Amino acid sequence: MRRNGPLALIFHTFFVIVMVAPILVVCLVAFTPEGFLSLPTNGFSLRWFRTIANYPEFIHAFWVSLGLGALSSFVALLFAVPAALAIARYRFRGRDALAALFLSPLMIPHVVLGIAFLRFFTSAGLGGSFAALIIAHVIIVFPFALRLTLAAATGMDRTVEIAAVSLGAGGWTLFRRVTLPLILPGVISGWALAFIQSFDDLTMTVFLAAPGTETLPVRMFLYIQDNIDPLVTSVSACVIAVTMTALILLDRFYGLDRVLAGKGDTGR
Amino acid sequence: MSAAAEERRARAPWALTAPALMLFVGVLLIPLAMTVMLSFHDWGQYKGIEPVFILKNWHEIATDPYYAEMFWRTFRIAMLTTLLTALLGAPEAYILNRMSGRWKSFFLLVILGPLLISVVARTLGWALLFGGNNGLVNKLLMSLGVISSPIPFMFTETGMVIALAHVMMPFMVLSVWAALQRLDPQIENAAMSLGAGPATIIRRIIMPQIMPGVLSGAIIVFSLSASAFATPAIIGGRRLKVAATLAYDEFLNTLNWPLGAAVATLLLVALVLIVVGSNVLIERRYAEVFR
Repeated sequence: MRRNGPLALIFHTFFVIVMVAPILVVCLVAFTPEGFLSLPTNGFSLRWFRTIANYPEFIHAFWVSLGLGALSSFVALLFAVPAALAIARYRFRGRDALAALFLSPLMIPHVVLGIAFLRFFTSAGLGGSFAALIIAHVIIVFPFALRLTLAAATGMDRTVEIAAVSLGAGGWTLFRRVTLPLILPGVISGWALAFIQSFDDLTMTVFLAAPGTETLPVRMFLYIQDNIDPLVTSVSACVIAVTMTALILLDRFYGLDRVLAGKGDTGR
Repeated sequence: MSAAAEERRARAPWALTAPALMLFVGVLLIPLAMTVMLSFHDWGQYKGIEPVFILKNWHEIATDPYYAEMFWRTFRIAMLTTLLTALLGAPEAYILNRMSGRWKSFFLLVILGPLLISVVARTLGWALLFGGNNGLVNKLLMSLGVISSPIPFMFTETGMVIALAHVMMPFMVLSVWAALQRLDPQIENAAMSLGAGPATIIRRIIMPQIMPGVLSGAIIVFSLSASAFATPAIIGGRRLKVAATLAYDEFLNTLNWPLGAAVATLLLVALVLIVVGSNVLIERRYAEVFR
């Protein structure tokens, strides 16, 4: 295969700089020693990270986001694992329609989902509650949990299961001792990807969150609407750090290209 | 296999999918149906929502030029964003694909990683870069002599398109990347051995083969941009409304839920029609590639 010419490399450099610049600038400004938005040209300082401690609403929102992401991804898996096993193993009428339904939250704009859930949960008397947030997040992260579990279940070697059945294993034992360990890498990656999606969601959550159940993205968004100061950059830097950690874990355990390549054709 | 075992086998997939199916019907399909219903209800400043069946909201959207302008702006921004991601993302995917192993996976991570980083944080980055007339982008462009006076980026459609294109770019790169993986490098070599120059190879060999990837990437980018909320809300400010930010305002500021529901329903229906329509067109045009 031919190599890239100089023109291609110049384009590539420009492209990468533009892709990284906004993220880099947020992380740099977070370390400014000044009291206003500026690049840390006179040395680095952690003062804006310490300032976060004076804003309990950010810290509370962080814990809400963390709990919401962990819990909703887990609940989504409870529904997604059996569904994935059924879709991977059986050819039945309505299989394609079911798969399409389960992946549909990817195609429905989150603003529409936010409105639909707001209307639904308000009528059900759950408006603004943490329970409503969990249920809504289960729906939006479900496709990600399902997709990675499905990939693991489809690629699984079923002869091991047949061997276990011939040795007398059945039902729950078969699932717990044989099937689940075999698909576990896919399940854990599905959980991690689902967690990131939940942790980052703003558009849908902004409709559902009330004071007390505001997630970190919602808190940040509402804060930015009023004013932009170095405080939100230091909070953003922390969010980026959390996501990066999850990303690196995902890459180690599963391979980021596999996770993302699965995601690319979702909009269709 | 005995009849009983046969029957159990036939029922197994339904038993396994039943919980998820019930969840989706209960908390996805019913709320969506309720939203469509809501768009036909009446609303007044003092009486609140009245569950009657009227076309008032739809009539207002159809006749008030404010909504036509807002939907047209949403469409224009999504279209320009799609164009920008295709023009920059497709060549970049091609360049990436020609890199050697380690650089390739490194840059793939750098370019695709932002996909998983909070949209609020990424848009905040652009707000910092644009930041008024003394923003870094303007300073850079002026010192390079590209422009003589600062361009307003904040609270403009230009700024929205640039920031949105950045947010959506990974989807385009991924989609073209996937198409490039299916491409046989030997065809390029064959063309070269037959005397084709680089420009001819790109135009006659590469382009036709990655076009389905570009187009399916374009559909993803378009539908996500048309319904984007965070970026238009932060870069566009309070005045420059798109469909998603307008629906948000109706719901949480004006509290006219039925009207907001109508805007959201229209957005959903328009997007489904555009996405399904262009998918059909693409698959007909490139039937041989998808086979």
